[in-house]
Amino acid sequence: MVPLTWYLVVAAILFSIGVFGVLARRNAVAILMGIELMLNAVNINLVAFWRYLQPDKMVGQAFAAFVFVVAAAEAAVGLALIISVYRNRSTVDVENIDWLKW
Amino acid sequence: MTTLQVMFILISLITLGGGLYTVIAKNLMHSALGLILSLAGVACLYGLLEASFLAGAQVLIYIGAIAILIIFAVMLTRGVMGSFPRVNDQWSYAIIVSLALLAVLLVTLFRFNWPQGAPAAVPADSIARLGRALVDPGQYALPFEMASVLLVAALIGSIYVARDKK
Repeated sequence: MVPLTWYLVVAAILFSIGVFGVLARRNAVAILMGIELMLNAVNINLVAFWRYLQPDKMVGQAFAAFVFVVAAAEAAVGLALIISVYRNRSTVDVENIDWLKW
Repeated sequence: MTTLQVMFILISLITLGGGLYTVIAKNLMHSALGLILSLAGVACLYGLLEASFLAGAQVLIYIGAIAILIIFAVMLTRGVMGSFPRVNDQWSYAIIVSLALLAVLLVTLFRFNWPQGAPAAVPADSIARLGRALVDPGQYALPFEMASVLLVAALIGSIYVARDKK
């Protein structure tokens, strides 16, 4: 049997990779991909805790399903914003998307 | 080391490799393909955790819908791809921050005393239990309905934001 800690370590590494993508990439679409990686890392944790701590209650799986829903909504709205910005300013470089800065 | 553990290590390496390729690839289309590989690896991890419904939902929703949506966005904004460097000026600080976060997470989770040994068996009707829990007023019926409202709001909002206003 695979120990619970292995899943937690994999999820932690995946989350850190996502954090790096969000902080370092300049393309707005790549930043959204980093956010998807972070959401997936959290979902691995939720499902692993469900399996190892309380497999008879459905709390972990239900929360993971809600994370799916929120991720889908976030991806749709985020990509719509990116396409709108691209149509108006012809850029997806977040260094140039700074009109709300001051 | 059992077969299950070897499979877990292989799937984890695929997942993490895909994730790493997603954040460092120069071509954004390659990033999207790395993301799909990583999401498929996560679906396999759900399979190993005996969450078969979530594994199927992961393939349908993440790989089938979100990844395709991201590829659409990559294609629609293709004219500016590669016209600027792929990382910003703070990428070295970003590495430090993400490694520090990883160190904090690992130290925390190794200090905690997790339950050892094999967990209890998953009930045979776990998918039916999940379905009942989602519509049971005593459990998740309200969040379930809120999720549908959120999806409708996101759908209408994204159509409004992305439509051509000329």
